[in-house]
Amino acid sequence: MAERAALEELVRLQGERVRGLKQQKASAEQVRPRRQGRGQSKAEEDRAGVVCTEIEEEVAKLLKLKAQLGPDEGKQKFVLKTPKGTRDYSPRQMAVREKVFEVIISCFKRHGAEVIDTPVFELKETLTGKYGEDSKLIYDLKDQGGELLSLRYDLTVPFARYLAMNKLTNIKRYHIAKVYRRDNPAMTRGRYREFYQCDFDIAGQFDPMIPDAECLKIMCEILSSLQIGDFLVKVNDRRILDGMFAICGVPDSKFRTICSSVDKLDKVSWEEVKNEMVGEKGLAPEVADHIGDYVQQHGGVSLVKQLLQDPKLSQNKQALEGLGDLKLLFEYLTLFGIADKALEEKVRTTETQVLVASAQKKLLEERLKLVSELWDAGIKAELLYKKNPKLLNQLQYCEETGIPLVAIIGEQELKDGVIKLRSVASREEVDIRREDLVEEIKRRTNQPICIC
Amino acid sequence: MAERAALEELVRLQGERVRGLKQQKASAEQVRPRRQGRGQSKAEEDRAGVVCTEIEEEVAKLLKLKAQLGPDEGKQKFVLKTPKGTRDYSPRQMAVREKVFEVIISCFKRHGAEVIDTPVFELKETLTGKYGEDSKLIYDLKDQGGELLSLRYDLTVPFARYLAMNKLTNIKRYHIAKVYRRDNPAMTRGRYREFYQCDFDIAGQFDPMIPDAECLKIMCEILSSLQIGDFLVKVNDRRILDGMFAICGVPDSKFRTICSSVDKLDKVSWEEVKNEMVGEKGLAPEVADHIGDYVQQHGGVSLVKQLLQDPKLSQNKQALEGLGDLKLLFEYLTLFGIADKISFDLSLARGLDYYTGVIYEAVLLQSPAQAGEEPLGVGSVAAGGRYDGLVGMFDPKGRKVPCVGLSIGVERIFSIVEQRLEALEEKVRTTETQVLVASAQKKLLEERLKLVSELWDAGIKAELLYKKNPKLLNQLQYCEETGIPLVAIIGEQELKDGVIKLRSVASREEVDIRREDLVEEIKRRTNQPICIC
Repeated sequence: MAERAALEELVRLQGERVRGLKQQKASAEQVRPRRQGRGQSKAEEDRAGVVCTEIEEEVAKLLKLKAQLGPDEGKQKFVLKTPKGTRDYSPRQMAVREKVFEVIISCFKRHGAEVIDTPVFELKETLTGKYGEDSKLIYDLKDQGGELLSLRYDLTVPFARYLAMNKLTNIKRYHIAKVYRRDNPAMTRGRYREFYQCDFDIAGQFDPMIPDAECLKIMCEILSSLQIGDFLVKVNDRRILDGMFAICGVPDSKFRTICSSVDKLDKVSWEEVKNEMVGEKGLAPEVADHIGDYVQQHGGVSLVKQLLQDPKLSQNKQALEGLGDLKLLFEYLTLFGIADKALEEKVRTTETQVLVASAQKKLLEERLKLVSELWDAGIKAELLYKKNPKLLNQLQYCEETGIPLVAIIGEQELKDGVIKLRSVASREEVDIRREDLVEEIKRRTNQPICIC
Repeated sequence: MAERAALEELVRLQGERVRGLKQQKASAEQVRPRRQGRGQSKAEEDRAGVVCTEIEEEVAKLLKLKAQLGPDEGKQKFVLKTPKGTRDYSPRQMAVREKVFEVIISCFKRHGAEVIDTPVFELKETLTGKYGEDSKLIYDLKDQGGELLSLRYDLTVPFARYLAMNKLTNIKRYHIAKVYRRDNPAMTRGRYREFYQCDFDIAGQFDPMIPDAECLKIMCEILSSLQIGDFLVKVNDRRILDGMFAICGVPDSKFRTICSSVDKLDKVSWEEVKNEMVGEKGLAPEVADHIGDYVQQHGGVSLVKQLLQDPKLSQNKQALEGLGDLKLLFEYLTLFGIADKISFDLSLARGLDYYTGVIYEAVLLQSPAQAGEEPLGVGSVAAGGRYDGLVGMFDPKGRKVPCVGLSIGVERIFSIVEQRLEALEEKVRTTETQVLVASAQKKLLEERLKLVSELWDAGIKAELLYKKNPKLLNQLQYCEETGIPLVAIIGEQELKDGVIKLRSVASREEVDIRREDLVEEIKRRTNQPICIC
């Protein structure tokens, strides 16, 4: 009995040792956002490798000790908990979950998607070699003499297996189900080991960018319907990235690892990213600077057009392909009415909300009166310092500086007592009664109607 | 290389040897319906034990061989199959599944149940010791240095864990989810290793038999609504069985094993069952006969009353309790209008590991081959019972929370419904799309994109073909194949006139609708509310 107690104590201590090592490792990984197939610097790899080996050794020791303890049958103590990284859903949480799924599913159905389901585990070989480094996070089932199985890590590999197995050449499907990752949930808040994914995929050979545009449309519809706040969809293209790296002088072998550095720009500053690329990953400083010129840019379709004119980038075949497709994509997104959501955080230097414009000549007086009214009402407004500016130039000014609305004064509208309010992003125009204009502008720019 | 190929061949042969042994074992088990906690005769146990040991030895050999092969990384071959005993659900099968769940869930909701969900795996210790013999069918996860985990075997033990963990004393909940059992699916047709269960349970201390009656009411409502044919619900009580065995002279130690024999009466004749009890399980023939007098009986409440008068049975305290409760149950079932679907059947002895009171099982009836023949049950589609002691096993202080519940075996129901739909030639649509936005001439993609976006924004389910210049015929064909009822056709002339041609796929009638009226017209035709408030 004493022997057993001593063994149990050894197991406990060894277990803590393993947990400690894993915590250390996870701390080191904290800055690295989790992505599939991300690269690592050699130094990073070596360091991680040493810790990994150490963990493996200690885990092996732990398993040996546990084996000595023997099987657990007959143990009376019951542990009242769900496994680490998992949770029950109470009725209240189920109600929330059902509401959210309802919104998501009705959107998927609205777009004509079918639904499928797959088993919770796959043959281990199906998942092998698909997830790069993250493969160590896969839950394996015990070898009980039959097939080797693993719990699914995502819904995409099962989808690919489903397509191949059924020899399907096209399908539009959604799949909502739980996936499993032996992550370290303590490190990243809210990171579970069992969690839902809601996937929507279009498989098949079609005319370019139409399905891609529909995916973005779906994303926007869902995020809007869920009413969880304003959102932004960032868009890029693998071919543009590769082309950009090529013309900046990044060696092929470093593509992935530089990608992972660049990817951190949404969390850390350019200086830090540059330091990592140059200091840790051995990139030449000029190359890093070159990359910096590109990757700090974001905008709407105007940026795409600008890059298509870029002397270096336009020489690169891959980048051209990617840019061409993005241009087409933006056209479709505009028709879908979501181009304004597909802009990156526009780095604007002003906060102007409305440009007061005129459609014909000799309307400067009217413009001055109206812009003054708007300023008096606390609205950020501008006008061009030209007596008779062309409408096209005024609209272009809005695009360049990111002004979202145009209040267009025209002769006919003056007679009718309305102003034409135009949304720059969607190009939609609507006539608003002069007396309602301030309220309408405030509504559209999410300003409180009443400034108290 | 040759060495590896030879090793691989050894592994293959050993794998077949193991499979062969397992098949043998499963053949031996073929007559035994799968129940929880069924007993075995000593001879049976010995024989099973020998085969088990042999299987274990061969499996160990197999694992050793595999270990020599080393890890499988870098293997290029992609195996295109789901694991043994599991399957994908195609869109068609999902449509059937959704229909069935809708009926079941709406019934649970109608009875005021809340819904919960639990993780797919539990700590191994949570499941240990709850399933008797069937424990060997539990899927374990590999020990990767952390907690020992197992995939859930049913939804009842997780429920008991949930109650104890949250210190709940009463709840009415349903839970629909997949469970996992390392069964041998080849032996029993349609038996999967991953399959859905739909559980409904009432936990709490209440006045006797009212919740139990509601469970039976729910079972009947669901089976009726699903329209899968006539059914029968067999009812018995653990205490009546125990009392009956006692007065017949069954030794305590043989209770479980005799139970499992009696349970086979729905599949084999009394003679066979008696032979097994006497020949294999060592029961005295008179005792077996005595049992036979009772267990071949079934009927309605009149049988309950009759047994309450039985001179021997009424001497047994347990049996009296059970009979009393069943009498009360029948009164409630009559008030619920379902007494004619219920049969008090003394041969019902299903999985007794945690049931403590009333037990029930619903079977579908085949139409009799000849008039006057009794309908045969062809397999159970739902079952349940009262289990007052399970939560107490989890509670640190042993606090008991009485529970009664039911589980619907939907996998069988899926295939029945699928067959029925095929027979009726009812087309099962896999999407709900209401309109296809089409173009009659070339260069109208932009217009299609704008229109489909308008429809989506108005909440209408719409699609378009991912082609810049699709032929009208192909677009119409797509509608026929997928069951889309309406087509909104954009044409050059119509654009000029400010109209869209709305075509009904079924009737082929076309009418021009003004662009601004299109959304309303589509909603009207698809019975959608015009105003989404």
